Order: sequence, then structure tokens, then C-alpha cells
Amino acid sequence: MRVITVAGPPSVGKTAVVLKTAAHLAAAGLRVGVVKFDSLSTQDDAAYARAGLDVSVGLAGNVCPDHFFVSNIDDCLTWARARGHDTLVAESAGLCNRCAPHIKGALAICVVDTLSGIHTPRKIGPMLKLADVVVITKGDIVSQAEREVFAFNVRKANPRAVVVAFNGITGQGAGELAFHMAQAAGFETLEGQHLRYPMPSAVCPYCVGETAIGEDHQRGNVRKMAFAGDGS
Amino acid sequence: MTPEDTATLAAAKLASLTILGGRDKGGALETLDLTLRPGDVVCVVGPTGSGKSRLLADIECLAQADTPSGRRILVDGAPPDARRRWATVGKLVAQLSQNMNFVVDLPVAEFVAMHADCRMVADGDRVVADVIACANALAGERFHADVSLTQLSGGQTRALMIADTALLSASPVVLIDEIENAGIDRKRALDLLVSQDKITLVSTHDPILALLGHRRIVVANGSVADVIETSAEETESRAHLERIDAVLMALRQHVRGGGRIEALPAAFSTFASAMATDEPFPWTR
Repeated sequence: MRVITVAGPPSVGKTAVVLKTAAHLAAAGLRVGVVKFDSLSTQDDAAYARAGLDVSVGLAGNVCPDHFFVSNIDDCLTWARARGHDTLVAESAGLCNRCAPHIKGALAICVVDTLSGIHTPRKIGPMLKLADVVVITKGDIVSQAEREVFAFNVRKANPRAVVVAFNGITGQGAGELAFHMAQAAGFETLEGQHLRYPMPSAVCPYCVGETAIGEDHQRGNVRKMAFAGDGS
Repeated sequence: MTPEDTATLAAAKLASLTILGGRDKGGALETLDLTLRPGDVVCVVGPTGSGKSRLLADIECLAQADTPSGRRILVDGAPPDARRRWATVGKLVAQLSQNMNFVVDLPVAEFVAMHADCRMVADGDRVVADVIACANALAGERFHADVSLTQLSGGQTRALMIADTALLSASPVVLIDEIENAGIDRKRALDLLVSQDKITLVSTHDPILALLGHRRIVVANGSVADVIETSAEETESRAHLERIDAVLMALRQHVRGGGRIEALPAAFSTFASAMATDEPFPWTR
């Protein structure tokens, strides 16, 4: 089973990227199953179903989405095998920039959009820095110069990634991404495999439902900000 | 040097791009073997939905009979292998369209300098000054290096995009989707791209812009129906059309300034009545 993780900030066009590319993979004879991870709700499963793709949804709810992902990804592989697929695409939304769902050895794709600003590649953490392929969307509405600067900043943040320009509306770039996806490594199981980047060690009362603000409630792993000037 | 760098260098030194025919929307063979070389300006014309965008997209992804058109694109006379194809794509073609805007909120000079940095240009300050001077030569109204990108007018934005693409983009091929006929000197814009040895393709419905190309590709029903060399007669026609156009542009300025249009040059009424007859237009005969 080819395993491919697709991650990126909200609303960059991850689903459009997967949909357009899956069409190319299907045409090449691959049997693609998609698992959509999200935090609270998603309508993307309907979009996948409309495109004739087999899809399953995982909602993290009140659990950290990254923890939810890692606790379920091997079950996703089992699901995909049971459904007769040979390629599993795990699309994760709702992750914070601190983490990444990327797994050692499995093709890791990060989707970012040019509209988010030319400095964004620097702000996204391991999700982009540890990806094998960085897909850049929405280039059709910004200038060529901004596209080039953005792509340059992506390469600076992650020099070893392949950069793919993608138009989620026309599907421009899908052929190229499909070429990379078709070469993704296969796994019998993900049991014993490792994430490329460790999860945060922060466990504090707010992780488990605390809502009150104030010193008394800040226990466990707490870090305080340093302020500019005399504002402290 | 990484394979990507090698591909960039190779792309920058592109000697020719050849488009080989595929099939039209009905599956009929497309007869096409067209080679484009640096300095060529080729316009792409055809009704909406005829396949102009498909043709440009085929070039952009260096199609190898794997797009709906079935076309193949040769680089320097040979098909690129898969690795090189995907390493080259994205660096081969720069794109400009009317839908594109500057979204970064920086002064013009600062942003162009940032772009120059990416290209690791040796003499950055000079190149930035050149880009801004070129853009100002193309734009109707001048702008200052310190103005914010997001405050440029439509014409100034397009002029800066073209000047920056010509002088700072590594891509040897430039795809342009229409250049609006306001606030920019289109002939000069194309001349600038030619002077930088770009292969320029312009998708357009505008007769003057179409005649500014050395050749034009006519697209119909998903395939190239004809490739027309711009003749001496057509270039002469363009000169006439440009004069009519200049009058309309002057009128436009006049309306903008709050003027009335109660009196037109006498030649206009003669022209208008000549055009109002039931006679077919000369080009339909």
C-alpha cells in the first residue's frame, strides 16, 4: 500500500489538489482511497464522493488533531486494504504549524498557497520543512514575481523538497504531482514506523478542558512570553 | 550543483520549443509541427472554449501525449525524459494574465530587489532601477520606486509585471493571457520581451494585439486549425487600426476628464456611414 500524507494550513486547497491528482492516478490504474482528517467538521468527504473516490472521515473533536492522526493512521491503512485500494492518501487539516503528520519513508506532501504571503514558508514548521513535495497553489492570481519569490522562500525553508506549482481549478500541475505520488513507497503496515517530527510535550490543564484564565490555572508545562520595552 | 540547478540552466538556454499535433475534440488528427525560437512572438486566437488555454497548458507542462489534446512538446528538438521534464516545468514558463495582481504590500523597489535577490543577480541595484525604468516606459502614467505595489493602477501593475518578467524571470517562455488596451504600450512591451530573447505567446481576441505577433495560431474545436504568418498587408492594416484606436483612447481620456462628445472629426461621420451600409465587410469577401 502506497502511503501519502498531505498536510497544509486551512483553505490552501488541499482537497482540490488531491481530487485533481487522484483523477490522474486513477487513469494510470491506481486504486486510491482517501482519509480526510479534520478537527470539528468537514464537507470534503462529499466532494471526494462526488468525484467517485472512496473516502473515510476522521474528526479529532476535542483531541489534539495531531495526536488523533497518529493514533489512527495505521487503522486507515487497514481500512484502505479492506476496500481493495493500493494507494492511501491521508489528508490532514486542522493541524497547527508546530506539528506534522509526515511519516518516515512515506511520501510527505505539504500544500501552501501564494496568497498567504511571501514570508509564510518561513512560518510553517515541520509540515513544510520535512515534506518531500511542496505544492504551491493559487499562483494564477498573483504576479510571476511573487510566485518566484514564494517558491524561492519555500526552497530556502526546505531545500530538498520538489516544488510543484498547482492550479486547483484547472488541475494544472496534477500530472506532475501524480508522477511523484505514483512513486510513493509501499507499506504492509505502519506499526513500528516513526513520525518525522515529535509531537509537542506540552500537557497542561487547558489540554484537558480547563477554560478559566489566571495564574491559578496555569499548571504543568507553562511558558510565559517576554514583552518588548517596559510592557512586562 | 543540484539536478534542479542544471535544469534551470538548461531551461534558460532553451534553443527551441516544438509543438507536435495531437487530436481535436472529436478525435481527428491535428496536423501541427510548429517550432518556436527565442525572440518569437506568437499570438493564439480562437473562440472562447476552442482550446487556447489547453494549448498554453500543454506547453507549460511539456505535454507528452498525456494531456486531453494528446500533443507532444519537444525541448531543443527532443522529448525531455520524465525527471528532466518535471524539474524543468515551473521554470520554463512565466505567466501573465489579467487575473493576476500584486498581493504583497511592499514598496515597488523593495519587492523588485527581493526578486533580484532570489535570482542572485550580481548588480541588484542597477537591475531594480532598470526594471522600474522599463515599467515606466511601458506605463501611461509614471510611478515612483517608493510607491506600494498594491497602489499601482491596472496599467502600471501590468507594465511592472512585464518589465520584471522580461528582466528578472529566468523562464525563457512567457505566456500572456491578453494585454488590456489601456495604460500600457503593448508594442513596446512585446519588443522588450523580444529583446530579452523570450519566446512569447499571447492569447488574445484583440485585432491589434493579434497583428503585433510575428505569427498567430488559430485554434478551433480543440486543435490548431491554422498558423498565419503576419503579412506586410496585415502590418499595414495594423497601422490604420492603431490610428483609429488612438482616437478612441483620446476620447476615453476626454470622457474621464468630464468632457462631452458633441463634436467628432468630420472623417468620423463619413467612416460611420460607410460602415453602416449593408455591404459585407471587406475581410468577409
